[in-house]
Amino acid sequence: MSRKDWTPAFRRYQHRVIGSSLVYAAVLCGAVWLFKHHPPEGALGYVVAVAPAIPLVGIVASMGLFLKEEDDEFQRAMMVEQMLWGTGATLAVATVWGFLETFGLARHFEAYWGAVVWFALFGLARVVVRWRYR
Amino acid sequence: MNNRLRVLRAERGWSQADLAERLGVSRQSVNAVETGKYDPSLPLAFKIARVFDLAIEAIFTETP
Repeated sequence: MSRKDWTPAFRRYQHRVIGSSLVYAAVLCGAVWLFKHHPPEGALGYVVAVAPAIPLVGIVASMGLFLKEEDDEFQRAMMVEQMLWGTGATLAVATVWGFLETFGLARHFEAYWGAVVWFALFGLARVVVRWRYR
Repeated sequence: MNNRLRVLRAERGWSQADLAERLGVSRQSVNAVETGKYDPSLPLAFKIARVFDLAIEAIFTETP
């Protein structure tokens, strides 16, 4: 979909995703810096540790809002298909990696990488889905 | 499902973008329906039928 074909709901979705991504980058940098130089203690530590996750949850919420706001059923269907590809591929990667890790053949990855991998595969799925319906 | 969208559009001299505007959907959606890659929902099929002033069966037919 070229820029001129963007629907109003897709434009809002893009703005939300870009906004959340910028907030994520800023909050992540801030949290890493804080834990490195002035480690927060007690409840504040939990708040700072969880803070970078919130904008990522915001991106997922943006997808939900897009599905709710988009009037064009074909655009909704493509987003759902993209999400399913992203989810299926992430589950497959996580399952394979989990067994490799269990048998000591792969290094351990922190659970938050699940979201990073999902976003990457979701992006890749967009290319595949758009190509199918070109 | 087969459809006669391309022919009906051509008869009226409409581009995909023209039809998309009349239906309130994206040009991509019209292209996907027209090329048979996407089967429209019943509400969209009714809307298409209204725009062409035809019955749904006159536009869409089941693939044998």
